Amino acid sequence: MDALSASQESAAAKPALRKSLWARHENALLGTFSMLAFLAFWEASVRFGWVNPLFTSSPSRILRTAIELFADGSIFYDIEVSGYEFIVGYGMAVLIGVPLGILMGWYARVDAVLDPFVSALYATPRIALLPLMMIWFGIGVASKIAVVFLGAVFPILVNTITGMRTINADFIKVARSFGSSDRQLFLTVALPSSVPLLLTGLRLGLGHALVGIVVGEMYGATHGLGFLIATAGARFQTDKVMVGIILIASAGVAMTQLLRRIEKRFERWRPAIGG
Amino acid sequence: MKGAATMPHAKLEAQGVCLDIDNDRTRLRLPVLHDIDLTVAEGELVCIVGPSGCGKSTFLNAVDGLSKITSGRILVDGREIAGPGPDRAMVFQHDSLFPWRTVLQNVMYGLDLQGRLGKGERIERARALVELVGLSGFADHYPHELSGGMRQRVNIARALVMNPQLLLLDEPFAALDAQTREFMQVELLKILARARTTALFVTHQINEAVFLADRVVVFSARPAGVKEIIAIDLPGPRTLAIKHQTAFLALEERIWRLIEQEAEQTGMLTVA
Repeated sequence: MDALSASQESAAAKPALRKSLWARHENALLGTFSMLAFLAFWEASVRFGWVNPLFTSSPSRILRTAIELFADGSIFYDIEVSGYEFIVGYGMAVLIGVPLGILMGWYARVDAVLDPFVSALYATPRIALLPLMMIWFGIGVASKIAVVFLGAVFPILVNTITGMRTINADFIKVARSFGSSDRQLFLTVALPSSVPLLLTGLRLGLGHALVGIVVGEMYGATHGLGFLIATAGARFQTDKVMVGIILIASAGVAMTQLLRRIEKRFERWRPAIGG
Repeated sequence: MKGAATMPHAKLEAQGVCLDIDNDRTRLRLPVLHDIDLTVAEGELVCIVGPSGCGKSTFLNAVDGLSKITSGRILVDGREIAGPGPDRAMVFQHDSLFPWRTVLQNVMYGLDLQGRLGKGERIERARALVELVGLSGFADHYPHELSGGMRQRVNIARALVMNPQLLLLDEPFAALDAQTREFMQVELLKILARARTTALFVTHQINEAVFLADRVVVFSARPAGVKEIIAIDLPGPRTLAIKHQTAFLALEERIWRLIEQEAEQTGMLTVA
């Protein structure tokens, strides 16, 4: 019976630890090997003169350029500017998107008033608003913060609203049967059941925020990683372009992983899909 | 019926209960419950059976206070009900456990809402109920880690923790496999005997109704009314072996005939 298997699960986990190193980390190891093979092939094709490094760069050149950039300290300011734009823009998107989404999901009237704006802006590619942001907020960080905010806030908002709306009708019935007030229904049913979609919104918003930084800085800026990529690209400094791309990609991967951790923490009560 | 209202041992009295549902699309008024009179005595287990979709669950929801009745009265311990109250608790169909709450937290839910007891006392009472339904080792498990039968035990404990005067069960075993279902029927009788609760149980399985009930109420097809009430005088404590006795089979047969009559009528109605 399931009852037995549930209690034996923890016991069964112990022998699993004794599996070989390979068996435990098979996926991670395979991924590492394929990545190393790719890097070796890339490096070799440049060394043997199969391709022109002016276009492709190479792992060793990228590394050398990265060391130079970090050594003379010039890149730190770009990282700082982009990081600042991200933290402020994304932070505002979370601080405004989540509460507003909860309000719109819970109160039909609030939704009716704001929905036309949200729908219209959600459908608009936010990048199209860039020129406006530049006119309103100038070429400095403020316009980039605005773009990051606009990119991130809508996925967060829309997912939070959906999370609040898609409450299992049975749960509402249970709560009502136990005599719950509207406030209690909100706190004990609506909020916890909307957490998974809310976190999905945060993760989607993260991707949009990163796009916002890069495109915003490419379009018009004086500093930042996007600006670095754009100017280096214009001068055919492929190595430098690659350094910028790798930095942004790493930041994206790291933050997505962090959010996944948080999601796992909140979803202990969920059956693992396919596991 | 008037006299029954003053009798002290009547736990639940439904008097002339009617319930109509307005269909917004067709603008028709659909009678679902029609003039239902039913009395459940203290300590009694009454099962309601009837053709599918006849309104059994609607009646149960009305008794719980979740659905408003159009006319008539529903009294619990002689007091007319106005919405859900702590004197009644409902055991819902499967999957109505909150997946983000552990077994213990699910059982505590009603007490949490009430907010009368301190946290320590709530945990203590919930633990006692978890033990009563035989899940002591699983208090900190999440619902998805339990089997269907175990989840339904939690569901029952969640209702019983409120110390209800009247326990309402809405096809609680419908989603279980046949074996688990039979075991849970025996288990329910034990749990109710221990908790000494009056219960109203809706099911579409005649076999289940005859096995559990002191009396079986047969509802007519829509609009539902009480077609017949059959006393089940099978000796207790009941074991599954009873299901093979002639007396049991005869009762089952008799109730099946009644429902068949009703179902035939509905069949003709739905064709039209």
